[in-house]
Amino acid sequence: MSFLRIKTLLVAGFSLLAVLSVTKSFANETAMDSAKKEKEFNVTETILEHIKDDHSWHLWGDKSIHLPVILKTSKGVEVFSSAKLVDEHHEPIVYKGNFDYKLIEGKLKIVNEQGTIDEVANKQLLDISITKNVASLFVSVFIILVVFLTAASAYKKTGVTSAPKGLQSFMEPIVLFVRDDLAIPNIGKKKYAKFMPFLLTVFFLILTNNFLGLIPFFPGGANVSGNIAFTMMLAVCVFIVVNLSANKNYWEHIFWMPGMHWSMKLFLAPIELIGVFTKPISLMIRLFANITAGHILVLSLICIIFIFKTIFASAIAVPFAVFIGVIECLVAFLQAYIFTMLTAMYIGMANEEHHHDHAHEAHH
Amino acid sequence: MFILEVNPLVLPDIGLVFWNTIAFVVLLVVLGKFAWKPMLKAISERENGIEEALLQADKMKAEIATMQSENEALLAKAREERATLIKEAKEASDKMVAEAKEKAKSEYDKILADAQLAITQQKNAALTDVKNQVGTLVIEVAEKVLRKELSNKADQESYIKQLADGVKLN
Repeated sequence: MSFLRIKTLLVAGFSLLAVLSVTKSFANETAMDSAKKEKEFNVTETILEHIKDDHSWHLWGDKSIHLPVILKTSKGVEVFSSAKLVDEHHEPIVYKGNFDYKLIEGKLKIVNEQGTIDEVANKQLLDISITKNVASLFVSVFIILVVFLTAASAYKKTGVTSAPKGLQSFMEPIVLFVRDDLAIPNIGKKKYAKFMPFLLTVFFLILTNNFLGLIPFFPGGANVSGNIAFTMMLAVCVFIVVNLSANKNYWEHIFWMPGMHWSMKLFLAPIELIGVFTKPISLMIRLFANITAGHILVLSLICIIFIFKTIFASAIAVPFAVFIGVIECLVAFLQAYIFTMLTAMYIGMANEEHHHDHAHEAHH
Repeated sequence: MFILEVNPLVLPDIGLVFWNTIAFVVLLVVLGKFAWKPMLKAISERENGIEEALLQADKMKAEIATMQSENEALLAKAREERATLIKEAKEASDKMVAEAKEKAKSEYDKILADAQLAITQQKNAALTDVKNQVGTLVIEVAEKVLRKELSNKADQESYIKQLADGVKLN
């Protein structure tokens, strides 16, 4: 009985949704070119468009923020709005600045008179535009700064001995988590303090961007932590910090593994040397792949509705998308945790003091 | 290179790398100076404070315990002292009573002895007086008898003898 009742409720709900969407699509039809609407729906293109960087930040409907384009070419620096690169239908057009610029597959390129890419001029093109990802990154930086400067000022106001309050009491356990569960066990009680600012910054930057990426609308919607540039920058920072802080003992273990036969030492040295680079590269790929995969998964599920061209597909797509979304929330935290933990581990390995060195010397 | 050209997703954009680096460095410097440092310092200070407070509490507890045992010892000592004091006082009072009794007794004995002595003396004095009077009476009687009986010699003599026997009374 109850199953039947739920079924009728579901049918009623979906038919209502269907009616609403039909009226809405009629309204859209009058406003838009019917020829353009007939364009074949391409899943891969749609998903990649959402994951990739963009020069404008879509808000809703036809509204979007046109972000500034900053270019450095052989003719100097040039700044203009990205609104000049698209027409009223969001189709790319040629903008005539110092060169002729056009968006080709979402990327700004210099084109010649025939409308093809000018390879020679593009070699000297440096595009440091404030893109969607950069803007989203700034939003996350702003949020982190506001949150932690507020939280830190609370310590000055209320003093050290009083219990944390409000934002301070929310952030303090996370900071303590990074310190007690990531930094101290991996680096050790003696040396962890020096690396705490780096670890905390990495952790909260990844965490904030992961969560901002999960928000489907402004000020989220960008895919910052799922962008290879972002993860590469972090990986390079980790590489620099690990190798600059590394002690003599660490390099000895890489180039001349103690306690081994000399032939084994020769054999191990190149492998260990590759390991120095693969560690940060694995960090880079892990974060990029996990976050991008999550975004692709959610978008694919939503695309099911458009593939089947029926509102009833949402009965499957939406619950699954919500389910994956919840998992993504977990992944957002987990990836920040893993990245920071592995960073702490690599720093710990580079700073390890080996007490059995004397034992090795005694053997030889 | 082929893979990188195929998928633009894995091709890092130089502009993004540029802004990311700036953002990260700014975040690291600003947060490091104004957020992480004061936060971590405050947290560790608080932790130290709590640890110290706990240690102090333990110390105080131990101190209180020792003080309590000291108090008890003091109390026991005071009780003991009180008992000895009471005992001493009782002894002293007993002694005083005994002394007083003894003194009273000796006084009484002395008074009694004095009284007896006085009685004896007075009795002796009275006796002496009686003897003197008897002597006088005897002489007077003898005088009278002598005056009357001197003519008869035989009677005289027997009389004297009789008198003399009669006087032997003492």
